[in-house]
Amino acid sequence: MTPRKKRIVIVCSILAGMALAATLILTAFEKNLLYFYSPTQVIAGETPTERSFRIGGLVLNDSVKRNTDNLEVSFVLTDTVNEITVTFEGILPDLFREGQGIVANGKLDADNVFKAEEVLAKHDENYMPPEVAQALEDAGAKIPESHDAAQ
Amino acid sequence: MSLYKKCHRWFHQFASPKYFYDISHIISKYAIVVCIICFIAGLYGGLILAPADYQQGDSFRIMYVHVPAAWMALFVYVVMAVAGGIGLIWHIKLAEIVARNSAPIGASFTFLALVSGAIWGKPMWGAYWVWDARLTSFLILFFLYLGYIALQSAFEDRRVAARAGAILALVGIVNIPIIHYSVEWWSTLHQGSIISQIDKPTVHMSMLIPLIFMVLAFKTFYVTSLLIRVRTEILEYESNTSWVKQLLRDYKNVTN
Repeated sequence: MTPRKKRIVIVCSILAGMALAATLILTAFEKNLLYFYSPTQVIAGETPTERSFRIGGLVLNDSVKRNTDNLEVSFVLTDTVNEITVTFEGILPDLFREGQGIVANGKLDADNVFKAEEVLAKHDENYMPPEVAQALEDAGAKIPESHDAAQ
Repeated sequence: MSLYKKCHRWFHQFASPKYFYDISHIISKYAIVVCIICFIAGLYGGLILAPADYQQGDSFRIMYVHVPAAWMALFVYVVMAVAGGIGLIWHIKLAEIVARNSAPIGASFTFLALVSGAIWGKPMWGAYWVWDARLTSFLILFFLYLGYIALQSAFEDRRVAARAGAILALVGIVNIPIIHYSVEWWSTLHQGSIISQIDKPTVHMSMLIPLIFMVLAFKTFYVTSLLIRVRTEILEYESNTSWVKQLLRDYKNVTN
């Protein structure tokens, strides 16, 4: 083998080795790499009970209830299959609205109500002018949701 | 002469520092013109002509800096790793120079993407930073760039530094597909890829065209700034050769 061929083999084996190592590591940590759990996973009991975790889904239409005295708000989070009630006290991000994908960080209490300490809004990869969104709505077409917002 | 031999000869000619020094001057002159035109067109289109987004309002305009910067951060890293690999295998000096001088430019693009993303994240998501798969893998990319730059200055001998850097760059390239697919493989707060299907873009045409101009502007900016850096290093590297000495003599005659 010429020295050059040897070097080609070395470079290729570095690449192959790294690809293999990365695949193994990512497969092993798959669960931990999920940024949030879906309501279905929460109901199936896949989420931690002691420490806080994140839950993601869409805010169900007509489910947002605001307390008139303080900043407390409650809403239902859905992945279109299962639903979880979330309560939160604080300022919601600008993009928070019904039908919007959100991610909440907090703990599940004994009554299966999620007490959120933080609420983040998720937006999808669709960008369009308001008139186009309105036209889509008028035509009865649903604005395509990002596949992972409803996951 | 066979095609293979022709290609082989062209490859070697292109890789010769003197030939590259001359041709890169012409390439960079055209690239800077394209860059300026695309920048003006992209900024005017993106900040003035494009309509506000139906959900995000005017905040979405950060996209015109954030998206090209992020794409270039990945692109430059791939260039750096491939050039490093070529330098490692064929011991081509020019490839080593290209790899080394891509690193600071790529690191700047990465920094720009991280900062513009944080500024965008606060009003839209409600947080400057979250530890989801996309953001975390992108931060690792930034550290890979910094590590590469640090490694370059850690060695006295440029050729040894180039070889060590090439190995680091090749090891780190595994991060590139992870960054790209992170939004598909795992649930992340970061949105999905905006150009997942070429035929059906998720960005409305009136918003997409300025973005394409900005991408071209960033790309040609990289070409221009890389060539300026590479030309300088070629002169430094080859300062003892007759062609550089001749060049200096000619330059002195012109200025006198």
